[in-house]
Amino acid sequence: MMAGIILVCSVVLFLQFFVFYCRSLIAVSAKQALSPEVQEVTGIQKTASGDDFQRVMQLLHLCPERREDRSGIQAIGVYFSLLNFLRATVARLVPSMHSWTESERGQCTYFAAVALERRISFSRDMLAQQMDA
Amino acid sequence: MILELLSGISRFYVLHSFGFESREYAYFYYYSEALTTIGLYFALSSLYAHVLEELKVESYVRMAAVLLLAGTAVFSYLIVRQSAHLMSTKFVVEMSQNLYFVGLVLTYVLWGAILKLRETRTRLIQFVLSLGVLFSLFAANYAMRNLYPDLRWLWSSLPQLFDCFLPLAWCYTFLRIPEEARITPARLAVAPR
Repeated sequence: MMAGIILVCSVVLFLQFFVFYCRSLIAVSAKQALSPEVQEVTGIQKTASGDDFQRVMQLLHLCPERREDRSGIQAIGVYFSLLNFLRATVARLVPSMHSWTESERGQCTYFAAVALERRISFSRDMLAQQMDA
Repeated sequence: MILELLSGISRFYVLHSFGFESREYAYFYYYSEALTTIGLYFALSSLYAHVLEELKVESYVRMAAVLLLAGTAVFSYLIVRQSAHLMSTKFVVEMSQNLYFVGLVLTYVLWGAILKLRETRTRLIQFVLSLGVLFSLFAANYAMRNLYPDLRWLWSSLPQLFDCFLPLAWCYTFLRIPEEARITPARLAVAPR
């Protein structure tokens, strides 16, 4: 009985903390502007669509991985899957939930595009260092 | 974070030397976990001191943290005192289990304080939220272990994965988020209407 109550509390609090944590990651990246070339590559101008997330993630995986980015990208990947689940279930019944999940999915794509921008500039710096050497 | 990292490396060393099924690894795992949990608990109390620094209640926070830790230790002892066999090990496991739940509740209260006091430091907010994720994962894992003891192999393997989360998340925060970065925490908690 006690273990059951602890489990329910932990799962509910985990979901809250996880969603807030992901949204804090997204909020930080939302303040960063994308360079024209990343806008061109990803097709994102001002607002991003959740439907582009997988494509941007594929582009992201083509760049050399950076260890410090890994946890954020993985967390947002899980958050995106959670949003897809909500979109396919609860959001079908609640219209306001549908628009919210759409906007959150778009912001996940923007987060991935900002991560892509960082990886591209990191790869460019590495190449420049090699050229100098 | 350093304690988490050291405990992870030393656990890996013991695992590599004695194997997953060995008693040495089991003992080492539970004792190092108890130490790490106490470390995380004090990290949480220092986050409290940061959030409440304007109220000048640092000494009260420290005292309350020590009292609560002692209370948790006494409560854990009362639960395991009847078992004469392996009492210290059972005490350590029980203490970690209870501390994770106490840590989870305290993190939730701290998150409430952050919202109420309109704390905007991004780094601090991310430290608190990631700590909340870790405490809730461990508390849920212990609860599942008590509910489904037959799947012990699963509940003993998952913590190794959970342990990776906090160092990575805090590394990300230290390296990616500038100290002067600010966000509005109330916006993170906006629910769809």
